[in-house]
Amino acid sequence: MKREIPLLIVGITGVMMFFQYYVPTGWSTELFVRSQDWIIVIGILSLPLGIWSLLNANVQKLQKVKGERFYSAVLLIGFLVMVLTGLRRENLEAGSVHMTIFSTVLIPIQATIFSLLAFFVASAAYRAFRARSVLATILLLTAFIVMFRFIPLGPISTANLGAVAWILSVPNMAAKRAITMGIGLGATATAIKIILGIERTYMGHD
Amino acid sequence: MGILEKMMQLDRRWIYLAVGLAVIIPAIVGFRVPVAVSPEVKRVYDFVNDIKPGEYLFVAMDYDPTTLAELNPMAEAILKHAFSRNEKIVIVTLAQFGPGMVEQITNGLAKEFNKTRGVDYAFLGYRPYPAITILAMGVDFRVPFPVDYYGVPLDSLPVMRGIKNFYNVKGVIDLTAGNTADMWLVDGNGRYGFPLAIGITGVMAADYYQYLQSGQLFGIIPGIKGAAEYESLVNMPGQGMAQAAYQVVAHSVIIMFIIISNFAFFATRRRRGQVGGAR
Amino acid sequence: MTALQLILDGIAAFLTLCIFSFLYKDNPFYKFAERLVAGVATGYWTMLLYHTNFTDKVLTPIFVNGQYIYIIPALLGVMMWTRFSRNWAWISRYSIAFYIGIASGVTIPVALYTSLFKQLEATIAVPITFSVAGFNTLLIVIAVLSALVYFFFSTAHKGAVGAASRLGIYVIMIGFGAGFGLTVMGRVALLVQRIIFLKGYVLNIASLFGG
Repeated sequence: MKREIPLLIVGITGVMMFFQYYVPTGWSTELFVRSQDWIIVIGILSLPLGIWSLLNANVQKLQKVKGERFYSAVLLIGFLVMVLTGLRRENLEAGSVHMTIFSTVLIPIQATIFSLLAFFVASAAYRAFRARSVLATILLLTAFIVMFRFIPLGPISTANLGAVAWILSVPNMAAKRAITMGIGLGATATAIKIILGIERTYMGHD
Repeated sequence: MGILEKMMQLDRRWIYLAVGLAVIIPAIVGFRVPVAVSPEVKRVYDFVNDIKPGEYLFVAMDYDPTTLAELNPMAEAILKHAFSRNEKIVIVTLAQFGPGMVEQITNGLAKEFNKTRGVDYAFLGYRPYPAITILAMGVDFRVPFPVDYYGVPLDSLPVMRGIKNFYNVKGVIDLTAGNTADMWLVDGNGRYGFPLAIGITGVMAADYYQYLQSGQLFGIIPGIKGAAEYESLVNMPGQGMAQAAYQVVAHSVIIMFIIISNFAFFATRRRRGQVGGAR
Repeated sequence: MTALQLILDGIAAFLTLCIFSFLYKDNPFYKFAERLVAGVATGYWTMLLYHTNFTDKVLTPIFVNGQYIYIIPALLGVMMWTRFSRNWAWISRYSIAFYIGIASGVTIPVALYTSLFKQLEATIAVPITFSVAGFNTLLIVIAVLSALVYFFFSTAHKGAVGAASRLGIYVIMIGFGAGFGLTVMGRVALLVQRIIFLKGYVLNIASLFGG
């Protein structure tokens, strides 16, 4: 019951959706639409799980972990402020207090956190990007050619742009194509294994 | 410790300082940099340019504030281009924090181009689970979005009357920083066959040229450089072109660091080889 | 620029500098900003989900439009919440099974078509002729095949297979090098946008003092 029926559900729905693609009749399309619609609803109702986990973890830290109390309080207060300022649908529109906090707090902080990557990529490039082997040298030279296209050097830039265009559309494209084909085969194999009940990790443990 | 060894073990904070100065200096000493247009960006421009007034363009703005630096400029350039040509636009976002940014951009541009929401463009809103949403939209936009972001039923929006799904729009441009591009390719173009182009971050850019060559994508706008190219094509300079000068200096600094690092590496290795040989 | 906008931009600039302070070392300002954004982001997403997803796809269809069929997926969604209970977590498997089954079934034909068939077709579609395009096509065919051989582990990489595999990894390294070059551009762009924002704020402040 606990494992067999879910496996049966996966098998039946999986096979139905697979054959639906090749049988585009009226009832088949209706089945497809209904299933996508229901999945969206199931998904919407399962998302609060993550929100609850985050809040629960921080309430626990607030109560138990001394050094983290202030920061957990900051997180919970930020959450409460956004909930209280967003109680009406109109609050989701630009110009409201809710969206002003979004623009003033969320956008700058999120954008800046990711902007730190520019420093990290420079540091990583300095420490690790060395021509230790033939493979590393190929990688390094290709990266150089691609990076040089930003630097205006007259006719050298024109030749460099041509080289970059060739690199992106021939060897790079070929490499990524091989990887894409591998990923596509892997995704298909995994989906088949799930439908046949061979892959069961999504069910968790008893 | 010799100077070469010191160079090999340089404190990373000196590198951070150099990169910081590399982007601050162009902020103080501004200069312009020419922008050369690549074919893959030109194809996106030509596609939007060939849409007749009154025909529909579908734009998916699937990105968060984390990547707005690269994707906002291209979103603005495309929307300005489409608005200036009186094209009808349907906008959706499949990113968690996308709605806030879509709201900001569309409100500002609508005022600038005198466009009315619901009449000239529609913002359908946000749904989680992008793959499922794309599959559902392919049948009917009203399945995942019975109402728009503002709670108005789609059937009461003049701009949405007469269009049901992707077969009623000229094409889709997806602006994304994550694997939503793959979902638009597989579940969108793969299942429904509509023309699709993507605007993506620099990190992802190299991964999609195979789809361009196979015809599954009609164009790619790769990162901030692609945004600058699009802005130059529509002749509406924005953040993309403004960033070009900074990119020159920053890239020069990073290239210089890599050269110094490799020089120190080879010089140190050669010296160790000589010491080993002497023994 | 209004006084309110200046104050708001000042707050944004302060929070930006809090995050940048991490470059020197981890510190309370950075931690404060990091936790603040986590709380604000969660709060924003909660209200967004409630108003535009839960209301539009669950509450309105069931309680306003009388579409009681939506009670079934709504119940399946609520069943997911049993994951928090050790004794009742097995109930959530029924909801997960629907999602996984439908998603897997839908994926197979389109994943094969997009990632395999169309890619194979494109690799061999352009004829190999005595021209630049033809030569590039030949290179692409050789490069794709050799890169595929590199990932094929069911046979030892020796002899001809080994040579093809070696060529394949060289091709893959060119791809990764191109990717790195574009990555640098992307990361720098993120930083430049923040610098442009800070520059704009400094100029606005300076203009207040007649600068």
